[in-house]
Amino acid sequence: MKPAPFAYHAPRALDETLGLLARHGDEAKILAGGQSLVPLLNFRLARPAVVVDINRMSGLGEIREEDRQIAVGALVRQRRLEVWAQQGFPLLADALRYVGHHAIRTRGTVAGSLAHADPAAELPALLVCLEGSVVARSPAGHREVRARELFVSHLTTSLRPDELITEVRLPRLHTGAGWGFLEVARRHGDFALVGAAAVVSLADGRIAEPRVALFGCGATPVRASRAEAILAGQPPTPEAVVAAARDAAGALAPESDLHATAEYRRRVAQTLMVRALGLAIGRARGNGP
Amino acid sequence: MGARYVGAAVARVEDPRYLRGEARYVDDIKLPGLLHAAFLRSPHAHARFRGVDTARAAAMPGVVRVFTFADLEPFLKPLPVFGAPPPGLAERIRFTIRPTVQYALGPGIARYAGEIVAMVVADSRARAEDAAEALEVEWEPLPAVVEMVAAARPESPRLYPDWPDNVAVGFTHAIGDADAAFGAADVVLEERFRIQRYVGMPIEPRGVVAAFDRRDGTLTTWNSTQVPHFVQQGLATALGLPPGRIRVVAPDVGGGFGTKAAGYPEDALIPIAALALGRPVKWSEDRREHMMAAAHARHQVHEIALAARRDGVILAVRDHIWLDLGAYSGWGIVLPYNTVAHLLGPYRIRNLQVEVAAVVTNKTPSAPYRGAGRPETVFAMDRAVDCLARRIGLDPAEIRRRNYLGADELPWDLGMPYRDGNPLVYDSGDFRSALEAALAAAGYAEFRGAQKRLRERGIYQGIGISGYVEGTGIGPFEGATVRLDLAGRVSVATGAASAGQGHETTFAQVAADALGVPLDWVTVVGGDTAAVAFGVGTFASRSAVNAGSSVHEAATAVRAKLVRAAARLLEAAPEDLTIEDGRVSVRGAPGSAVALAQVIQASLPTFARAGVAAPDFEATACHHVPTVTWASAVHVVRLQVDPETGVVTLLRYVVAHDCGKVINPRIVDGQVHGGVAQGIGGALYEELVYDEHGQLLTGSLMDYLVPTAMEVPPIETVHLEYPSPRNPLGVKGLGEGGAISPPAAIANAIEDALEPWGVRVTETPVSPARLLALIGSRRTA
Amino acid sequence: MTRVIRVRVNDQAHERQVEVRRTLADFLREDLDLTGTHLGCEHGVCGACTVLLEGEPVRACLLLAVQADGARVTTVEGLAAGGRLHPLQEAFRAHHALQCGYCTPGILLTAAAFLAEHPRPAREQIREMLAGTLCRCTGYQFIVDAVAAAAQAMSP
Repeated sequence: MKPAPFAYHAPRALDETLGLLARHGDEAKILAGGQSLVPLLNFRLARPAVVVDINRMSGLGEIREEDRQIAVGALVRQRRLEVWAQQGFPLLADALRYVGHHAIRTRGTVAGSLAHADPAAELPALLVCLEGSVVARSPAGHREVRARELFVSHLTTSLRPDELITEVRLPRLHTGAGWGFLEVARRHGDFALVGAAAVVSLADGRIAEPRVALFGCGATPVRASRAEAILAGQPPTPEAVVAAARDAAGALAPESDLHATAEYRRRVAQTLMVRALGLAIGRARGNGP
Repeated sequence: MGARYVGAAVARVEDPRYLRGEARYVDDIKLPGLLHAAFLRSPHAHARFRGVDTARAAAMPGVVRVFTFADLEPFLKPLPVFGAPPPGLAERIRFTIRPTVQYALGPGIARYAGEIVAMVVADSRARAEDAAEALEVEWEPLPAVVEMVAAARPESPRLYPDWPDNVAVGFTHAIGDADAAFGAADVVLEERFRIQRYVGMPIEPRGVVAAFDRRDGTLTTWNSTQVPHFVQQGLATALGLPPGRIRVVAPDVGGGFGTKAAGYPEDALIPIAALALGRPVKWSEDRREHMMAAAHARHQVHEIALAARRDGVILAVRDHIWLDLGAYSGWGIVLPYNTVAHLLGPYRIRNLQVEVAAVVTNKTPSAPYRGAGRPETVFAMDRAVDCLARRIGLDPAEIRRRNYLGADELPWDLGMPYRDGNPLVYDSGDFRSALEAALAAAGYAEFRGAQKRLRERGIYQGIGISGYVEGTGIGPFEGATVRLDLAGRVSVATGAASAGQGHETTFAQVAADALGVPLDWVTVVGGDTAAVAFGVGTFASRSAVNAGSSVHEAATAVRAKLVRAAARLLEAAPEDLTIEDGRVSVRGAPGSAVALAQVIQASLPTFARAGVAAPDFEATACHHVPTVTWASAVHVVRLQVDPETGVVTLLRYVVAHDCGKVINPRIVDGQVHGGVAQGIGGALYEELVYDEHGQLLTGSLMDYLVPTAMEVPPIETVHLEYPSPRNPLGVKGLGEGGAISPPAAIANAIEDALEPWGVRVTETPVSPARLLALIGSRRTA
Repeated sequence: MTRVIRVRVNDQAHERQVEVRRTLADFLREDLDLTGTHLGCEHGVCGACTVLLEGEPVRACLLLAVQADGARVTTVEGLAAGGRLHPLQEAFRAHHALQCGYCTPGILLTAAAFLAEHPRPAREQIREMLAGTLCRCTGYQFIVDAVAAAAQAMSP
């Protein structure tokens, strides 16, 4: 299981990187953390003619704290963000703990996971739940791609072959907002069979600005928009939560695979959504950590 | 000669090299001029192929040679097959056995995806893989036969057109009068159980290195195998060389579990390439190859029926059993008869009727894996017993109390032969006491109270029991040679290769006690055919019994030679001498002590005198065991089920077991833990899944789910020692046992947890999706 | 395609020409003869090849050797200092935390990095750390014991 031959470039400057991507198009693969790409190379399931290793690029390794969001450079490792988030962004820390194992997170990048767009992965779901975005650069300039436009299908994003994610933008939770992040996997560290990320605030004893993303139950992470509309303005009762989750589950189009049936995913998506919302509401009330 | 080491938890002598990263596995072996092999394997489950076009591949950089069937035909003999019924069994049961002929490299037909079509040898593995991709084959796909029970029907497409169906091994067997017992029963329980395909999955894949030395005409091959002497015999046949010209070395082996006890095409192909090219060749199996080309295991279907009285006493068992052999039948009666011989286990049942069909399918060939039929048959039996208990309103512990054999009933004669042809008689043990010990350790009675209270809070916990009685230490023998050097230091060589079981420690314990020397005087070599002429290998929980007894016998013979020489040197009667701590003395006269080295040196002639005795301090033994020893255990597991997600969390796992006399309790615990972890894998996680075209869908460790430290709970062991009367050490086999009962115990505990809804678990692995589907249909009903 | 790389492994500097498709694991094993780094799956799941890159655990099968150019790598061969076993190695022997030994190097290095961050770990934390490496022999229990004991032995 050795990779097929490829040409290798390790550019340091952005222009050089973008030039390589523009020149080689579909023939090139970007190597960041490599935790998804290198297995595919070893299996010879990916056979790029050119590997563009961006790990030597400068300026992409920062976590920048801004007022309303944090900006995560393209080379920030999942492990580093996890440690950082343990202080001020517990939802993020919680989600990252589910990503593979320590030795995977040491190398794996936040941006790389988003670009890989596995619908059962945690970070894409988190981006959707937080209404985050990525900054994509190409020789033509840069653009901000919002989560809902980024994920197109299974392992497919709306990024063009000549675009490189340089930054991930994760909006902070509003003060007083509660959150819940849960998933069911076959084993610890596996991709989720199903997962749910939820954020809510409470205003005058009613649910405000609810946001829910479900993952592992569609071709992309699924934002439960209609269920959010059902919840908004409701008192945070179990009945309201269950009704919303039932609606969200009904709208899913999950697929069956080796590890779970579509029916399982639909049912457990509902269960996890109820539980994640329950956690979020509890935390919003100040009951939780 | 006291037991100073046997029974003690001495730290393993082999550990330092592993801990320093200095162990030597096959892939660590480098030789000057080493070449690397890669294989083209069939992408089809069943297909004919015509001509392999090698031109493009052969011209690629670094490629030394491409081998196809046509190139190797003179060397290719059918791979060795095992498992002909021995006398004693053949007389009692009429087996239908249809042999399959498998070649190391297929002559125009592939019967499973992964079967070797061609071999490329190049100057690096990467380049060998590059070239293997460039081989062009013209395929003609044939219908793939995948599902075993359907494959057994006469109308199924066949793998072997000259057979009447796909059944490779078939037989019926009965003891007592099952029909009468069923007729007289108050209750008859019938159920169908399915055990999936899963397997050992050692973390080190297989590997072979071979080098031919023209100067003396010897072939040396290093092989990650449990059975170096089998590999040697196979090569002797294939290459037409005498065994003495073939040295097979199993160096450090990174786990075997049965997977590495089979004979494989690569065992022959790499040596053949080394011979043909006159250069050493290495093949290191990668994980993708391992998933599709190393032997698979398990997968049985049981249609089982129990006849019982209203009070829960079981009168008879009927079982219709199907086994999936994959594409070739290399093991004869081993798996099907093991399955039958272990069906009744610890239960006092006198009437049995079985019908067995071992079926070929277009899947990777299967081979014995840790338990070899026992986990499957115990699953069927212990699941059926729990279903029966529920039917008649008895607690699962109570029904076992009423049916388990106790010490007063042993030896227990089942009235049928074992697989070795000898009468199947349990030698020692106390299954009822084991049951009570396991229940007590697991807090069974207390749990029943807690369980109710938890349920009221919506928490579903369950407890499950499974027990087995296991024939271990099957013969015919294992070779051991014990030899002293000039300093009295001891080398022990045995054919029982270690794949992590700690043989270098346990056999040293046995030899040190038998000889009366310090443990660190003993060096054990396993798995080198040059070190011991006759051997069998490590599998079937046989090494402690067979190799241990041979080491003991050989060491005892060497001790006798030492005593004879020392008696001359000390001018004392041999029976008055004692050897302790490497010194011989006259009993009661410590001042007379001389070092073993002195005795040995005194046996060598000097210019002035002849030796005091023949300088022969070496002995070889192939101890004969009368038949197997019967190890046993009861497992109790506590777990929690999340009825909303189907997720099962194991809380506690208790094993009360008897492996006879314990040589090293720490190593015994380690074996039990490891076996249980693999059984947990079978119960909840692991499955080799094929699609309807015979394509393996679980081709990586992303999809084949080996349990991690988060899925395996704390395991508690209770050692019950009932020495076996069938060998001088009183030991029984141990390696497989841990893996036998977890699937049954866990499935029973899941049903117990969900008892309010009457969920019935009939197949493994109990994945969350499977379980939630079961719960769903019951909860809404 | 090849490149020249300079890597510091176990405090020793190496300079080699490597094929760009060579993984760090193959580089360590084939080019530097450090065969204590084992390959079990070559897709990042089993963890047997785990080494420390700049002190942090990484899968050596998922890193190209060229990516390690200029880096500091620790393999199992570098764990015992001056011939003395590392406390983790001592504890693994004392607690029978290994059988076939194939997964052991990856576990030792992962655990060494873990104990540097968590000098007084709870057993559940130890299990979560161990979940990144598959062991097929031990059932993990004695490994948990050994890591806990090493933490004790190493704590000041």
